Amino acid sequence: MERHLDDELQKLKENLLKMASLTERAIHDSFEALKGINKDLAEAVINRDEHIDDLEIDNEEHAIELLALFQPMAKDLRFIVTAMHINAELELIADLTVNICQRVLELADKGGALLAPINDLPHLADNAKWMVKNAIDAFVNNDEPLAEKVILSDSESNQLRSAIIQRLVDGFIVKDGKTAPRAIPLLLVARDLERICDRATYIAEEVIYMIQAKMIRHHREILNQDPPLKS
Amino acid sequence: MNHEFIDIKNFSFYYGQNKCLKSITLGIAEKEVTSIIGPSGCGKSTLLRCFNRMNDLILDTRIEGTIHIDGQDIYSAVIDVVDLRRKVGMVFQRPNPFPKSIFENVAYGLRINGVRNKDFIAEKIEQGLINAGLWNEVKDRLQDNALRLSGGQQQRLCVARALAIEPEVVLMDEPASALDPIATAKLEELIVELKKKYTIVIVTHNMQQAARISDITVFLMQGELIERGKTSEIFTRPTKKITEEYITGRFG
Repeated sequence: MERHLDDELQKLKENLLKMASLTERAIHDSFEALKGINKDLAEAVINRDEHIDDLEIDNEEHAIELLALFQPMAKDLRFIVTAMHINAELELIADLTVNICQRVLELADKGGALLAPINDLPHLADNAKWMVKNAIDAFVNNDEPLAEKVILSDSESNQLRSAIIQRLVDGFIVKDGKTAPRAIPLLLVARDLERICDRATYIAEEVIYMIQAKMIRHHREILNQDPPLKS
Repeated sequence: MNHEFIDIKNFSFYYGQNKCLKSITLGIAEKEVTSIIGPSGCGKSTLLRCFNRMNDLILDTRIEGTIHIDGQDIYSAVIDVVDLRRKVGMVFQRPNPFPKSIFENVAYGLRINGVRNKDFIAEKIEQGLINAGLWNEVKDRLQDNALRLSGGQQQRLCVARALAIEPEVVLMDEPASALDPIATAKLEELIVELKKKYTIVIVTHNMQQAARISDITVFLMQGELIERGKTSEIFTRPTKKITEEYITGRFG
C-alpha cells in the first residue's frame, strides 16, 4: 500500500544525502587545503559550513514534524530516529573539517606544514573519507554488513592517530622546539580526523539500530547475535 | 510479568462452519492492561467476547480448547454465566447508558445481583463513580438522566456501572472510538489508573492508544495469534515482519 509517509521519508532521506555529500566534500577539501596549505580552499570550506548548519536545522524540523504528524511505529520510527542522529553527526563532522581548515590558516601563517614526514596522516584522512561514505551508503542501502565493516575499521583509525601523535611529539615537539609550532596544528588535525572516524562509527551503529533494532552502542559484542525479523 | 489471570489454551471459535479463532494459546497477566490489535475481521472482538461468554448469545457458534480465568474453566458446564459476567465486566464501543438517572445506571448491576441495602448501594455508587473519574462532575446531579451527559461522561458512566459490581476483569471493546480527544485522554488516564485494581483487556484499532496505555500487546490476524509481547517492544521492534507491516500501516 502506497503511503503518504513513504514520500516524506524519501524526502528526508534525500535531504540527508544532500547534506552527506556536502560533508564528504568538506572532508576532502579540508585535507586538500592542508596538503597544499591552500588558504582560499580552507576559507571556502569554512564558509560552506553555514549551509550545512542550515540543512541540519531543516532536516531536524522535518523529522520532528513527521514524528508529530504521523506518530510512526517500528521501522518507520527507527528510520526517523536514525535520520535525526545521522543529521546531528554529519553537522559535527562538518564542524571538524572547519577545525582542520582553521589549522590550515594557522599553518599558512607559520610557514607551512610538516606533512612529508607524517606518512600516516593522508592514510588517516582516506580512512575518514571511506568511513563516512560507507556509513552513509549503509544507511541508504540498508546494508548491515557494510555498517559492521565501518565499525570494525575504527580501531585502525585509532592506531593511526596514536602513531601520528607519537611521531609528531618525538620527532618535532620534544626533539626540536623550533618545529613545535608547526607540529602542534598537525597533532590537532590528527585528532580531528580520528574524531570524524568516530562519528562515522556512530552513524554505522545507528544504521544497525535502524535495520535490526539492536542498540550496539557501547556493546559491540552483540553484533550478529539476533536473528532478523521472521516473515 | 504478573501472574497469568486469564489462561487461553488451544482455543478455537466457530461461527457455523467458519473457524474465526484458530487454536489460540495466550496468557493475560493480572492487573495489567493487555491490548488486542489487528485488522478488521481478525477476531479480536470475538476473542474478547469469549472471556465473558457474550458469544453464547449468538446462535450456531461453538468452541474448542479452554479458557481459564483465575483458575476456573469458564466454559465448564458448572459455571454460572451470570456470575462469570459479574466477575468479567464489559465496556462497549459506543456509550450505552440506560435511559435512567445517573444513580440508577450505576445501581443497576447491584440491584439485578440482588443487593437491596440502600446505604450499601449509595456507597458502591460513589466508589464506582470515583473509580471511573466521574464523581466530581456528577455528584450534585445524580438524579439527572444519564443521556444528558456528554459522550465521554456517558462512557465513563458505563465504566462506573461495570466497576460497581466489583469485577476482577474489565473488557473494553474500542471504548474510545466514539469519543473526542479530550474524552479519550480522560478515559485513557482512567484505564491506566484502573489497572492497579483490575485486569484489563482492550480491543482497539488505534495503534497509538494501544501504545500509550497497554503493558502487553497481542496482534491477531485472520483468527491467528501472530505475536504477543511487551508493548514497548512490539511498537519499536516487533519480531514478526507481518506485525511490523500492520503497525506501520502497510496493510489493514
